[in-house]
Amino acid sequence: MDKQRIHTNPQHYSWLTDQLSPPSAFGSGLLQAFWVGGLICVIGQGISDIGVHLLDMNARDASTLASITLVFLTALLTGIGVFDQIGKYAGAGSFVPITGFANAMVAPALEFRREGLVLGVGAKLFTIAGPVLVYGVGSSVIYGLIYALFIH
Amino acid sequence: MAGSRIGMQTIALSSRPAICGSAAYAGKKEGEGPLGAQFDFVAQDELYNQDTFELAEKQLYLDAIRKAIRKGGSRPEEVQFLLGGDLLNQIITASFSARDLGIPFIGLYGACSTMAESIALGSMLLDGGHAQQVICAASSHFCTAERQYRYPLEFGSQRPPTAQWTVTGAGATLLSMTPKAPVLAHVSHVCMGRVVDLGITDANNMGAAMAPAAADTLLALFSDTHTTPEDYDLIATGDLGQVGHDLLMQLMREQRMPLPDERYTDCGLLIYDREKQDVHAGGSGCGCSGVVLNAHFLPQLQSGQIRRMIFMATGALMSLTSSQQGESIPGVAHAVVLEGAGSKA
Repeated sequence: MDKQRIHTNPQHYSWLTDQLSPPSAFGSGLLQAFWVGGLICVIGQGISDIGVHLLDMNARDASTLASITLVFLTALLTGIGVFDQIGKYAGAGSFVPITGFANAMVAPALEFRREGLVLGVGAKLFTIAGPVLVYGVGSSVIYGLIYALFIH
Repeated sequence: MAGSRIGMQTIALSSRPAICGSAAYAGKKEGEGPLGAQFDFVAQDELYNQDTFELAEKQLYLDAIRKAIRKGGSRPEEVQFLLGGDLLNQIITASFSARDLGIPFIGLYGACSTMAESIALGSMLLDGGHAQQVICAASSHFCTAERQYRYPLEFGSQRPPTAQWTVTGAGATLLSMTPKAPVLAHVSHVCMGRVVDLGITDANNMGAAMAPAAADTLLALFSDTHTTPEDYDLIATGDLGQVGHDLLMQLMREQRMPLPDERYTDCGLLIYDREKQDVHAGGSGCGCSGVVLNAHFLPQLQSGQIRRMIFMATGALMSLTSSQQGESIPGVAHAVVLEGAGSKA
């Protein structure tokens, strides 16, 4: 049997695929991520300011209030099926702020409920957020060591 | 023995098994697409009155099979084999349906090529005299595929423009040597595909991964049967989507066997309105070719609008593990030649 019936090598095919595959909309994607991400940060700042000026909190408590509120809102929006639409539109704009982390925790919690509380929710809760934690905590340990040894 | 091999990959079925029953059960989004009115049934939500998405897919599968058998004027007890598969691990949709039906079961995994694979094997069983009536079925479900292969449904992520949307739907086709209902079409040839891999690793560009396999099988079929694309009213691939469609056209041009634009289509491009329904490169999944064949092509074969066509479903044979390990995606394509009910051998 003619093993190579299609006389195309992988290099040529890879080039052809690149030619015929539409690229992601880079410019509009950036803009969408920028304004949604910016808006989320403005909301966070607003909540923090409310904490400081109206609720008589110190700056640290106020920023905790902002985080808690944004996480709650994201969890709510994920639960009612709205946040995935925001994420689809804004990409990193909604993923990079704390909202992305909240969504990454709530989505698997909802999804794997049917596989049970232990092997479903328990085991799968960190499927998306896990790598962020592993490398986030890991790099902060390295940073902490450098800080303690050389800077402090 | 009635059947005979011609060439390296093709089998001519001299008894021309008849297709006498078909059913397409689709999801809500598919029902809102251009083919919506042609489906036997459109589910109003993703759970289809079941507790889980997996059970919903199984119920669609089961209902499509029962409907196809009923439309073929038969009963499950009179069907000698169920040939079928789906996309889920261990093909649970097909095997759980077989448990409920009690029909001897041949489980198939051909990824999205399953609809053509099952019809090809079923036709050979009939042509070889090993059965009088078999049912072939394939399904996919957006939610079950998404949670198995990608992310949780509510996770907010973006898809690249080359990504395809998994069709929620089940297609079933009843093949018979002794049809008790009006014949929709005959199966005249089957061409089993080879596994071809030209090194695509991007799981978000499955059309590109499968197009070389589609070209390979088409070239084998044309060469074995001494035909050209002009000999068919229609050549339909399963779920190459826009990127795979364009790549297959280009590959066939390079092989000097160009596919005429007006005779070549892809089920993944027919099932959705790509602009309005936001499905990027088009539909995918076993259910894509499954419902388009049974709801769209078979009626046209019966009415004579299509006299002779190639139905070729394409499958990407990777797993989540192989993708994560950086392996390229092997593709496969199986083809069956379908002739309209009125046509003579």
